[in-house]
Amino acid sequence: MKLTTKYHGVIEIEEKDILRFQNGLPGFLDEKSFVLLPLDSDSPFWILQSTETPELGFVTVNPFDFFETYEFDITENDKQLLELTSEKDVTVWTILNVKDPFEDSTANLQAPIVLNTRNNQAKQIILTDTQYITKQKLIPEKVVK
Amino acid sequence: MLVLTRKLNESIQIGDNIEITVLSVQGDQIKLGIKAPKDIEVHRKEIYMSIQESNNEAASILPNILELLKTQPKNLK
Repeated sequence: MKLTTKYHGVIEIEEKDILRFQNGLPGFLDEKSFVLLPLDSDSPFWILQSTETPELGFVTVNPFDFFETYEFDITENDKQLLELTSEKDVTVWTILNVKDPFEDSTANLQAPIVLNTRNNQAKQIILTDTQYITKQKLIPEKVVK
Repeated sequence: MLVLTRKLNESIQIGDNIEITVLSVQGDQIKLGIKAPKDIEVHRKEIYMSIQESNNEAASILPNILELLKTQPKNLK
């Protein structure tokens, strides 16, 4: 099927590539269907593109590429919702706020997107009682001596 | 807004299956216990708002920002 996107023009996608967010995302509760599109070959940046709204696309990354010690628990409720049975099926994405200059860009580590790759069910979960914040600098600030 | 006065350990029932109980009151801190079905998410309001706000901001990035990303080194680690 053809899809009009925010950043990639009109592209061809397949039904099996569609991710289902049955609860939408905070601020976008009606947006339940997305695809992940690489920005470029071998780029760490991926676009989480709505299949309903062409102008809705989030820049995302694999948080572990940038924050090696990042960790959180998935609640039993969320495991049930996503029908998660094995840790191997989980992938995690983090939405970025990209800024100019790029060094000011931040990652939302408090609300990661958890994806069950076995059934493509996904959810942006909100971590409670966590030290992670919505605006974590993607690139550690350089210490000026 | 409906306003109800409750004492310690008293509850409020919302619909058939949501119950909110006052567990403790210490100065201006009030501890609430919330029983709700699994499909109802409960969050501190300011946290939920900050996630909404962050998503809205992330969604409003202009397409020209891509040029910025494409010029980043492939390996930022």
